[in-house]
Amino acid sequence: MKKTLFDKVWDSHVVRSIENGPDVLFIDRHMVHEVTSPVAFLGLKNRNIKVLYPERTFATADHNTPTLNQHLPVEDPLSAKQLKALEENAHAHGISYWGLGHEKNGIVHVVGPEYGITQPGATIVCGDSHTSTHGAFGAIAFGIGTSEVEMVLSTQCIMQPKAKKMRINVTGSLQKGVTSKDVALFIISKLSTSGATGYFVEYAGNVFSEMSMEGRMTVCNLSIEMGARGGMMAPDQKTFDYIKDREFTPKGIAWDKAMTYWKTLYTEANAIFDKEYSFDGDNIEPMITYGTNPGMGMGISKDIPMAKDIEGGVSTYQKSLAYMNYNEGDSMLGKTIDYVFLGSCTNGRIEDFRAFTSLVKGRKKADNVTAWLVPGSHQVEKAIKEEGLLAILEEAGFVLREPGCSACLAMNDDKVPAGKYAVSTSNRNFEGRQGPGSRTLLASPLVAAAAAVTGKVTDPRTLLS
Amino acid sequence: MAYDSFIELTTTAVPLPIENVDTDQIIPARFLKATERTGFGDNLFRDWRYHTDNSPKNDFVLNNPTYSGKILLGGKNFGSGSSREHAAWAVYDYGFRCVVSSFFADIFKNNCLNIGVLPVQVSPAFLNVLMEEVFSNPKAEIKIDLKAQTITLISTGAKESFDINDYKKDNMLHGFDDIDYLINIQKEITVFAANTPL
Repeated sequence: MKKTLFDKVWDSHVVRSIENGPDVLFIDRHMVHEVTSPVAFLGLKNRNIKVLYPERTFATADHNTPTLNQHLPVEDPLSAKQLKALEENAHAHGISYWGLGHEKNGIVHVVGPEYGITQPGATIVCGDSHTSTHGAFGAIAFGIGTSEVEMVLSTQCIMQPKAKKMRINVTGSLQKGVTSKDVALFIISKLSTSGATGYFVEYAGNVFSEMSMEGRMTVCNLSIEMGARGGMMAPDQKTFDYIKDREFTPKGIAWDKAMTYWKTLYTEANAIFDKEYSFDGDNIEPMITYGTNPGMGMGISKDIPMAKDIEGGVSTYQKSLAYMNYNEGDSMLGKTIDYVFLGSCTNGRIEDFRAFTSLVKGRKKADNVTAWLVPGSHQVEKAIKEEGLLAILEEAGFVLREPGCSACLAMNDDKVPAGKYAVSTSNRNFEGRQGPGSRTLLASPLVAAAAAVTGKVTDPRTLLS
Repeated sequence: MAYDSFIELTTTAVPLPIENVDTDQIIPARFLKATERTGFGDNLFRDWRYHTDNSPKNDFVLNNPTYSGKILLGGKNFGSGSSREHAAWAVYDYGFRCVVSSFFADIFKNNCLNIGVLPVQVSPAFLNVLMEEVFSNPKAEIKIDLKAQTITLISTGAKESFDINDYKKDNMLHGFDDIDYLINIQKEITVFAANTPL
């Protein structure tokens, strides 16, 4: 039988298969952060065992870190304790640790690719659902729970059945002002938040092959928002150019050997997928969400759908609109907003800051908007300064904060107040996601920039030269 | 860690007929700062259950003394969103041993199985039957038989079977966890690791 990209990577990592049960899957790289790991380390302590392969394990602090004054002690005692626990656990087990203040610190899914920890054909896990990001490099990457974090720390394996396979093809040409984020939000709006549950997705078609690596990461990152275990794309020359000479990628003869293997990582002609979708990229508009899950998104010029036209529960739909204080049939354009968040593992990379800056250049932040611009890592922060973006942003009235997950999940102090609206480049618009009572509109960095300078939901195409 | 075994459960149920219940509702992120697995039940459905001044919201089902039991009946696509196992811990710590829905998000389902909470997926029609019965008769009992893989509404005898793979079923019946299994095959794993390219 012809093999898909997913088959090739999965099958080569199966240590053993249990009949009518899961596969024992070997994990090449394990990323660890402060929130989902402490109980797993406690489990190792209780069993009196050490991390089996510390050199395959990488720890960074991101979820629970402040984005201002990182040189000072963390004020919140619970956050401080959790950060300290990660540091102590990393040291006790000989794991590389990029904590607060470390030059390599940043969001786990931003720093992994930056330093070449992420490689084609690898299996990568982390106690975070957006681990799917790393699939952009042709890796099998997915989020796991804390019990599984403990499994990987202690045995470098997890036990899961192989997922079904889905391919999503997007072809054609994207309109001006339409970004990788819009492509992903468009797909999720078509499939719903559970449309890919049980599947591992491969993205194919010229729209993805023409995307930058940053754009591909944004798409794979959002795979989980339609329920998929993960998403991946076949590696190509763009992938190899991106990872070459990064700290953890192979060098010299080892590189050549790896390249020979990586070039075999593609789906063979006539391979069978359990499900397949095809979309025309020409029809995708800049997207925005109007409800409380990422599937409740639409083209920015459209009206909020009527409850009678919705598949699924009407009462759940109405509850969602009531939370947002929006009505069926409303246009999103012109709706006043209060906050703008640029950042997260979805859109916290240099390309996202370039896009945002290109639109706010020569304009001013609207007075009614509080804007939080949070780079995904120190490397992104450095590039923002070196490329001259910071000067443009400051001229337009914006301030750059320090790296971390920040208002994406609002574990730290970056919380949107109750009842306020935030246009956010992050990944989830669940009730209270960005702070208790907060209301989130998910969008691309361009839509966020247009909202930031106008103080309301605005089609960025009307502002692009 | 090993967990309680799950063989059979007969109990009343708590109905929550909302679709797409996400893990941020089950346990909001601001309650994920613990370094030990204790006390998560207090914050289960925190923002649906309490006002910002911490007074209970009387219209939320967990604050309604009419409904109780060890089964949570949830709407379609239960547990979507984050991989936080804290969501499954909160469900367990509150006192639930089983969640019944017509569809589960993958990671949440997996996390439940890893800590001894049984996710039971039933047809949308059967979920409706259960919801309606529990709303009209809060004392109605539901029986879960893991060996037979059946769920039965005691009052009417309405019954449906559910899927679970043999390996996980055996684990649940005995309270085994995956780490015990993996540690037992560690030699096989290290031999495998020695031959991986990365």
